[in-house]
Amino acid sequence: MGAEHLPTSEFDIEELEQSMTSSDPADAPEMVQLLASDGTLREDVQYGPYAAHLDGEALRGLYRDMFLVRRFDQEAVALQRQGQLVMWPPLLGQEAAQIGSGTALQANDYVFPTYREHGVALTRGLELSALLKLFRGVSSGGWDPREKNFHLYTLVLAAQTLHAVGYAMGLQRDGEDGVSVAYFGDGASSEGDVHESMVFAASNQSPVVFFCQNNHWAISVPTEVQSRIPLSNRASGYGFPGIRVDGNDVVAVHAVTRWALEHARSGLGPVLIEAFTYRMSAHTTADDPTKYRLSAEEDAWRDKDPLKRLERYLRSSNTADDSFFEEVTVQGDEMAAKVRAEVLAMTGPEMVQSFNNVYADPHPLVAEELAWHLEYEAGFADADEAGESN
Amino acid sequence: MANMTIAKAITAGLRETMKNNPKTMLMGEDIGALGGVYRVTEGLQAEFGKTRVVDTPLAESGIIGTAIGLAFRGYRPVCEIQFDGFVFPGFNQITTQLAKIHARSSGDLSAPVVIRIPYGGGIGSIEHHSESPEALFAHTAGLRIITPSNPHDAYWMIQQAVESNDPVIVFEPKRRYWLKGEVDTESPGQDAFSAKVVREGTDATIVAYGPLVPVALAAAQAAEEDGNSVEVIDLRSISPIDFDTITTSVHKTGHLIVTHEAPTFGGVGGEIAARISERAFLSLEAPVLRVGGFHMPYPVAKVEEHYLPDIDRLLEALDRSLAY
Repeated sequence: MGAEHLPTSEFDIEELEQSMTSSDPADAPEMVQLLASDGTLREDVQYGPYAAHLDGEALRGLYRDMFLVRRFDQEAVALQRQGQLVMWPPLLGQEAAQIGSGTALQANDYVFPTYREHGVALTRGLELSALLKLFRGVSSGGWDPREKNFHLYTLVLAAQTLHAVGYAMGLQRDGEDGVSVAYFGDGASSEGDVHESMVFAASNQSPVVFFCQNNHWAISVPTEVQSRIPLSNRASGYGFPGIRVDGNDVVAVHAVTRWALEHARSGLGPVLIEAFTYRMSAHTTADDPTKYRLSAEEDAWRDKDPLKRLERYLRSSNTADDSFFEEVTVQGDEMAAKVRAEVLAMTGPEMVQSFNNVYADPHPLVAEELAWHLEYEAGFADADEAGESN
Repeated sequence: MANMTIAKAITAGLRETMKNNPKTMLMGEDIGALGGVYRVTEGLQAEFGKTRVVDTPLAESGIIGTAIGLAFRGYRPVCEIQFDGFVFPGFNQITTQLAKIHARSSGDLSAPVVIRIPYGGGIGSIEHHSESPEALFAHTAGLRIITPSNPHDAYWMIQQAVESNDPVIVFEPKRRYWLKGEVDTESPGQDAFSAKVVREGTDATIVAYGPLVPVALAAAQAAEEDGNSVEVIDLRSISPIDFDTITTSVHKTGHLIVTHEAPTFGGVGGEIAARISERAFLSLEAPVLRVGGFHMPYPVAKVEEHYLPDIDRLLEALDRSLAY
């Protein structure tokens, strides 16, 4: 290997693009797309039938969900900028990947998200403000995962992919027809746990769908540093189907996910879906994309905006008109105002609550330290009282 | 009463819990047809089937991580890690996920996963096969850690570990796997998370656990021949530690020695020394002494006898303590 192939500390976008285009095009998987960027619907023999049930109302529903979660995301970013949230991982650009896949799930399917699946949370019927408890620093969770079959956000990359497979193994043993869905990103795909989860899933033929949102950037590092081949191609190495879908095409994502869920549900084992999309915003509000990528790249992806694409179709097919889009806008503003009010009302827990639930059964060390803490705090209360009486 | 080895007592304990709870399942590498490298799960796959005794892919993080997912569905997975030094690929799942999910979910979720780890040296093996990493896990809130030293405890503690609603790591003293003893299969005697005075004495207390309990008992016997009465406590539970039992003993004896195979620095012995100096400062007639491993990777088998705490090192510490 020559020195020119050694990685450098900074990524040259042109070089990366060249390295991508110079790979054998025969290796590139077909990208499933049903809704073209010009807003026209395409025929697809395999996946088309899985979108056939989407009537006008359903399509408007997909648009509404994407719009609402984008509006929610905007509000969360604003709350962070105003110091009301510690930080926030925006989903801007990934609405179709999340709404498309989330709406394909049944109630008894179980979602193991990473920390950016705000859109999937919306499709599960989660109260969106609950997602903000973690980022406001008032809870490490924020909701009961069992209520909507939506697990807590997992910040340790890829750890949840194994939990998803274990859960799927449980579904198998229980004879239930639910499917476990593991969400992760292109950066997390490098983690060993993703590999192990796919080995375990294939080994057990477990009902699990791996949903990888390839948003092209793991904080500041591009996908090419994680994988030299398209991520969906990896599935064949484990012995199950891998599908690359246009992650900005909500109809295609929905159809492909329905197919994958049916595949897993019928006992045929796991599926990997790579939703090819783009994170338009920062990884979190703590980083600055202008330091690691070119605005030209963002501009190119802006043209593929998932909401604009569906809006074009809804208008051209007379499925929705101005009044619908106005109605959705009003609904978004109301939702955002409600979320804002709820966040501002969220106060931190009392410290004593942190002693709860360290263990499920009574634990003498926790009890001892809690007793010490209470006594210590009570000392201040006594001092205050003494001070007041003086 | 039945007479059996520690290894077979664990097998019998696992069989009981498999029979009593249909949600109990075993997972690990080579635990099926082979019965595990130490044969602890021997015969269980034939008895309970492949869906309850699972030969997993060779991946420790995978074993722990999938066990967590199974626990979310109400299963009680018992994971076998083949050797102490091989637990580290699963360390992330144990410390960042398993230990914390109950707290992170405000009590909504539990992960009552049991992890069995054969640990410790003295079997003349090669590297990564003789380590004592218990302190690395004891430092993590949310985990419980126990270690039996005799067949009776082994039989009951594995069952109590499965019954616990918290994740439990069972460190099994592999050089004692073939130690035989009586097992009362009718009565456990006491809770897994408590210590036990296994020999009464008045002049000094030795706290030991797992593989070193027989060493501590032999040292106490030797001390008695020198005219010193030594109390021996089998710690049994490393997290939580039963400080009440140790404190009571130290109030009586005034001298405390803690011994374990793991390196002394940053070990469980230091925690016991510090707590007991807080709890029984005025009863102590000497500093609490520790007898443990050195600050080095576990040495090669040809010199391990110089590394492992033995009777002589315990007696030397006893002499130092009593000389104050």
